[in-house]
Amino acid sequence: MAAVALGLLALLAAAADADAARARLSLWLGLTLLSGGALVWAWLAFGNREAGWHPHDLWRRASTSRGAVAWVTGVALTGFYVVLYWFPWLLENLIRAFDPFSQVLRHKAADQWFLYGTFYTLAVLVLGGRALWKYRFSRYHLARTVSVMFFQLGFGFLLPGLLLALQQPEFYFTYFWPLKYDYLFPSTVSQLLHGGGLGVFMVFWGVAMSFLATPVLTYFFGKRWYCAWVCGCGGLAETAGDAYRHLSDKSRQAWRWEVRLVYPILGLIVVLTALLWLGASGLVPALGAVTGPLGQFYGFAIGSVFSGIVGVGFYPLLGSRVWCRFGCPMAAYLGLLQKHFSRFRISTNGGQCISCGNCSNACEMGIDVKQYAQRGEPIVRAACVGCGLCATACPRGVLSLENGPREGRLAGSTFIHADSLRIL
Amino acid sequence: MHLVIIGNGITGVTAAITARGLNAEARITLVSAESAHHYSRPALMYLYLGHLRYADVKPYEDWFWAENRLELVHAEATGLDTAARTVQLATGQSLAYDKLLLATGSVVRTAGWPGQQLRGVQGFYGLPDLENMSRATQGIRHAVVVGGGLIGVELAEMLHSRGIRVTWLVREARYWQSVLPPEESALLTTHIRCHGIDFRENTELREVLGDDQGRVRAIVTTTGQELPTEWVGLATGVQPNLTLARAAGLETDRGILVDTWLEASAPGVYAAGDCAQHRQPAPGEVAVEQLWYTGRMQGETVAHTLCGQPTPYRRGQWFNSAKFFNLEYQTYGRVPAQPTAGLASFCWQHPNGKHLLRINFRQADHAVTGINALGLRQRQDVWERWLAAATPIDTVLAQLAAANFDAEFSRQHEPAIRREFARQFPDLPVAPAARRRGLFGARLG
Repeated sequence: MAAVALGLLALLAAAADADAARARLSLWLGLTLLSGGALVWAWLAFGNREAGWHPHDLWRRASTSRGAVAWVTGVALTGFYVVLYWFPWLLENLIRAFDPFSQVLRHKAADQWFLYGTFYTLAVLVLGGRALWKYRFSRYHLARTVSVMFFQLGFGFLLPGLLLALQQPEFYFTYFWPLKYDYLFPSTVSQLLHGGGLGVFMVFWGVAMSFLATPVLTYFFGKRWYCAWVCGCGGLAETAGDAYRHLSDKSRQAWRWEVRLVYPILGLIVVLTALLWLGASGLVPALGAVTGPLGQFYGFAIGSVFSGIVGVGFYPLLGSRVWCRFGCPMAAYLGLLQKHFSRFRISTNGGQCISCGNCSNACEMGIDVKQYAQRGEPIVRAACVGCGLCATACPRGVLSLENGPREGRLAGSTFIHADSLRIL
Repeated sequence: MHLVIIGNGITGVTAAITARGLNAEARITLVSAESAHHYSRPALMYLYLGHLRYADVKPYEDWFWAENRLELVHAEATGLDTAARTVQLATGQSLAYDKLLLATGSVVRTAGWPGQQLRGVQGFYGLPDLENMSRATQGIRHAVVVGGGLIGVELAEMLHSRGIRVTWLVREARYWQSVLPPEESALLTTHIRCHGIDFRENTELREVLGDDQGRVRAIVTTTGQELPTEWVGLATGVQPNLTLARAAGLETDRGILVDTWLEASAPGVYAAGDCAQHRQPAPGEVAVEQLWYTGRMQGETVAHTLCGQPTPYRRGQWFNSAKFFNLEYQTYGRVPAQPTAGLASFCWQHPNGKHLLRINFRQADHAVTGINALGLRQRQDVWERWLAAATPIDTVLAQLAAANFDAEFSRQHEPAIRREFARQFPDLPVAPAARRRGLFGARLG
């Protein structure tokens, strides 16, 4: 813990230091201390115990039960995003300290987004290491953790940098419309198409992933193939946000907000994209008067404030998947597919549920899993990202993630005569 | 119709919810002295461990009751007049009923040890016990648990999680001897000892010694050994809570005597769950069932009778589950603790001591009769079908993966299990068909 604190101090020192060489030294010292400290911390926290699901004192620690530590962490994270988006000049010294690294990777000077990407990737890798150690007893958790670490490092960080170094457009092959909403905007598409062979492939890739691969993969595996295995937002939630997963609100009220927010956001980005294409086609004149402000509003409110500040800044208070649950249009799209056109479900094992609530507690998406388990029903919910923690936390072996078949996907167990009283 | 239910545990609540489903008009009132809302009794340990908050162990949100017109009365029922059909509450209020369900659950059973009334000596059954235990074990270094069953292991795990040294006294020669065969007991004892629990079999409590302030300071075992301790957990079982039934003059024995429709000795009065004793239990079944699952099934059954659809209680295939520290346990069908004439018993254990599978089958026709699984998750509906159809052991072993309910990517042990079976029963054939789990494997046999 001391190493983590010193690391943070060193980062602050780097940010405050106008002397480039000293700032660089502070930066790398800080990052090393921070990463090393976090890993040692994880080893101390999970290494001395038998491997298994033991969230002892989860709801008693100030850091994980919305105590003082959680509030300080939340304010610090939120503050970082505010500075990053609107006051990047405050980070100037820190950004300059990244220049040599950025030159090596991208053949250009660092900017605030390179700084952010580096921090983000480091968080996924280091706290991914923590997750690997914590979940070393489960091959499912090991596999999906390695997967998000791989995709973040390779496709979320190194490859876009490399593309820049090769004078190509900075492109993220693991983000698709409607999450990366501008990838299918006419302006982006025409820009890429002018960029030659690779640009054409990027456009083809974006369209194919959004409209072909997404439905097909979701049909076989549920939305988890993306949200818990590939996506960078999901990657951060499963690694850096793992300690906060239980904070998601399981109440019916929260579910109502989820439905009220996430589907209109999906609708908004679909309409915006359609209008932009309509405008680009020239069929309707002066559409720019609508699409311009609408695009700006979406970029600010959804792209910046929601996904960044609320999504990550509020991790220690609202849980790790606030953005994924309430705001992400990709998750909404995947969720509709998962609910209606997928083989995926979480099966309930007969009548073995004891309504203890460990599954609901472990759910980062705020699904009250026990409502289904105690009725003997399979869990088929649009929100479920398939992290598998409900099945891990269950002390009676009641839950299991399964990919099919589709027949009987919604059928309940015959061991409990599910009551017809509504649960949502 | 006004249905009054005494007790808001799993039995009373299942009955109330089922009755509401069957009868939209009935007035339904749940009376409980223990808690304002239904909570999950098996989850109490997770509150102590800090895994969950009280709100998390309530199976239904608070709006559920009003929205489904289930009236909740948080008061003790102190009297029952079966002639006038009224229930007296401790608040002085009286409730008139048309039908009454007693689901009063259990109370802790003790052997009347000298000193058991000392502060720091307690059983573990409900919310008040949890509160007492949380307070009394704050900052202590050493505790004693008495009784080798499921509550015993919960207490040991709870205390262990706070770094409290645990000495665990078990009267029997091995852990949970009345239920588990020797291999299961041995595996669990090793597992429990691995966690640093001082597990002592063949050891009984003789008395509890107190200090000047009336607090426990030590216990004495029947061998005369004195062990200093700061807290004693009595986990020697529970017995039906008969206070109200006895006061009302209902026929009782160990529990409230009920017939196959769960009706007690007074008209319109029923009893279900832990507190009920079946006058004529089905062959091979016990008269008093004290499980979460049987409580739920009895509650569901009695609700049908209460709503004018007389339904006899039939439990169906036996099943149960538990968790011992890190090891999950599931059982389907009957697995006697002792060797039984006419039954063969196949037992496979992983060398790492973390997985065990036992399958019993009849020697005559090889039909499977029961299974114990430790550290393996087995699918209940598949086993239910195999047991009901008296499926032969070779078919079961060939299709064993169809019953595999472990998490995806878990190591599959079916081939090792089949090899071990061939070693233990060289004369019996095993079909080689190895079904795997996964996307393209057919899910059910």
